Amino acid sequence: MTLQEAKVLDYETPPPRPANYTAFVVEYLGLVLALVGLIVIFGLRSRSFFSPATFRTIANQIPATVIVAVGMTYVLIIAGIDLSVGSVLALSGAVLGVLMKEYHLSLFVAMAAALGTGLLCGLVNGIVSVRWRLPSFIVTLGMLEIARGLAHMVTESRTQYIGSAVGVIAATSLAGLSLPFIIAILTALLGQLVLSYTVFGRYMVAIGTNEEAVRLSGVDPRPVKIAVFAIVGVLCAVAAIIDTSRLESAAPNAGAGLELQVIAATVIGGTSLMGGRGSVIRSLFGVMIIAVLGAGLATLGARDETKRVVTGCVIVAAVILDYYRHRLGRRSR
Amino acid sequence: MPPPLLQLRLLSKTYPGVRALADISLDLLPGEVHALVGENGAGKSTLGRIVCGLTHSDSGQMLLRGQPYSPASRPDARRLGVGIVMQELNLIPTLTVAENVFLSRMPRRLGFIDYATINSQTRQILRALGLTDIEPDRMIASLGVGQQQMVEIAGVLSRKCAVLILDESTAALTSRETDLLFGQIRRLKSERVAIVYISHRMEEIKRIADRITVLRDGKLIATHQADEISIDEVIRLMVGRELGEASPCQRTPGPVALRVENLRCGNVVRDVSFQVHRGEILGFAGLMGSGRTETMRLIFAADRRDAGHVYLHGSSTPARIRSPRDAVRAGIALLTEDRKQQGLLLPMSIRANITLPKMSAVASVAGWISGGKERTAAHRYARVLSVRARSTEQSVVELSGGNQQKVIIARWLYRDCDILIFDEPTRGIDVGAKFEIYRLLSDLAEQGKAIVVVSSDLQELMAISDRIAVMSAGWLAAIFPRGQWTQDSIMAAALSGYRAAAV
Repeated sequence: MTLQEAKVLDYETPPPRPANYTAFVVEYLGLVLALVGLIVIFGLRSRSFFSPATFRTIANQIPATVIVAVGMTYVLIIAGIDLSVGSVLALSGAVLGVLMKEYHLSLFVAMAAALGTGLLCGLVNGIVSVRWRLPSFIVTLGMLEIARGLAHMVTESRTQYIGSAVGVIAATSLAGLSLPFIIAILTALLGQLVLSYTVFGRYMVAIGTNEEAVRLSGVDPRPVKIAVFAIVGVLCAVAAIIDTSRLESAAPNAGAGLELQVIAATVIGGTSLMGGRGSVIRSLFGVMIIAVLGAGLATLGARDETKRVVTGCVIVAAVILDYYRHRLGRRSR
Repeated sequence: MPPPLLQLRLLSKTYPGVRALADISLDLLPGEVHALVGENGAGKSTLGRIVCGLTHSDSGQMLLRGQPYSPASRPDARRLGVGIVMQELNLIPTLTVAENVFLSRMPRRLGFIDYATINSQTRQILRALGLTDIEPDRMIASLGVGQQQMVEIAGVLSRKCAVLILDESTAALTSRETDLLFGQIRRLKSERVAIVYISHRMEEIKRIADRITVLRDGKLIATHQADEISIDEVIRLMVGRELGEASPCQRTPGPVALRVENLRCGNVVRDVSFQVHRGEILGFAGLMGSGRTETMRLIFAADRRDAGHVYLHGSSTPARIRSPRDAVRAGIALLTEDRKQQGLLLPMSIRANITLPKMSAVASVAGWISGGKERTAAHRYARVLSVRARSTEQSVVELSGGNQQKVIIARWLYRDCDILIFDEPTRGIDVGAKFEIYRLLSDLAEQGKAIVVVSSDLQELMAISDRIAVMSAGWLAAIFPRGQWTQDSIMAAALSGYRAAAV
């Protein structure tokens, strides 16, 4: 930046709100193009892609993944990671199922218990990693096993078939949109608003950027970090409620592999694994891209193994792309 | 006189913003111990690093045994017979002594490391050095710092060198270990090895050196035979002539704002006590490693202290400050030494960097940030400090060092702290911005803030401080009021902790 461009800020009033539209469009354009591109490619390759069955598959998968992706976006932003989301989902679902099936408690009480379970798991993740300064990778890896084991213990490794008492949530629709879908969208919107416009969101980004600088500025990063993990836990429970409702049953192996799907979605959405950068809305796009990819491959007759290979390649490609985007951004400065 | 072993001709090196070395020409004779002295930033370590291949000069030439010598890297220099032992240890703590000594040249048998050989050879090396209490199979991490330093020295000495550079390598040694080292140095001398001895420790230099070269501001000031010059004269050459002090600020300090008593942390900060008044600038001078930054971090609770109390605003009960958050709430601000790593949120905007410590002022109770309030506040403080930028939305990573520093200062002004601790506030900043910051510090003092400035630039401290405290080897050696200091006396105080019997 030359001396001519730089000047002392000397107007009486601050400049008007900056219009960052170009950057905004560029960031989202890539994702939108990718999504549209995928839809077009699959639509052309297979007649059955644009079918109610496909849309129903996608629409069913998305809500739970989106909700967890909101939490995962937060965790990645503070430069952490949560590998236990699938297991916590299973445990929360298991608690919900067992309380309704074995103990015949009402839906509301069981939901409260499920949310509490998710919250507890999240708090444990957060407190352990903060108090002993352990990498969240390790702590949540432990929770992955613990929660999964507990889910099996609670259900005695049997799927709990509950029925319409829980199915009512998934079955409800408002203005043609299913309740889970609405919850997912609202969660994403709220998640993005909190991230962009609240002090908590600012702290998250700052902590992920330079935690030590935040600490030395007099802001204690520890409660924020613990809160983020707690939020993820609760969101996993919400996703569990939705999934359990959709299937009208709670299975102890629910959510297997969810963590990788969600991490893939957030990374494709441009959230940095290094922390300090991310967007819930973009993660939403990431979820849709992964869902469309999976459904599209299925309509092409691809086997599960093939889907996994392709999804894995897409994730790596997304991270490499992110690396170049980062460098381009830095060089233009 | 024998022909010189190593000849340096017009070596120069410039780092961004600072001339580290300017046309240094020096001859090193075989079998001599040549001491290199100078203040912080005088260029001693830079010179050592260039000679041993760690970095390259911008211009100039080096000749080893009359042949052009320009090592590409440290191992390259090593092969040519030039080695260095630095203060930062190059050891791997989780490996054993023998493994470290032989790290780059492991003898193998059938693909496996020949432990028998390296252990026995290392034992011989250690015994030859007089280190009878270190076994070759001990893990480095289990040794004391002094012992680790000796192991590093042993490793370097075990391979034949023609030129050996010792950069502050006695910093961690006990007097017994220093004696052992000096014994080795004398042995090397008899083997016609040339030794460059970089140190602050005047007594040691007097003991061991044949010639002394003084550097100042990257220039070679003088070279003398060690027995022809006194320590006081060396000090005088190190600091240069007395410069007229900048217009003294006529400030009357107010009541005591900060009182520090018996602050202690290991060997790094030893029983430090002082006070700072409102409306006063207290400068902190001292050599690198004297404990100034560490002291400030202890006051701010960025690090945990072993002992000591902090009293605020004349209170008789110690303030309860256990984390930077407590410190900031109590009205203390710390502008860290390393603004890039510990201060700035580099990719984020000027605005975000300024408002960080007190977001409650620009947000509602529920936590929603008011964009307008925040922009206004950030803009106001950026303007007060004359931050040069396109707008407060600009990312701080794009700003010059001086402007980055101003953003951090703006942050603390926004937070409204009464006690401001600045650690190297003008490091890496061009001259124009430096004077702006001096003026700013003066204004802040006039507003009644209590200010502490840690700086390695003695001229700077003498220009802006009302009093100067001098730290040396973790002790608070002296506090000079304005008008009662001289460069010599400050430097002597800064060296005093190292002159005392080593612990």
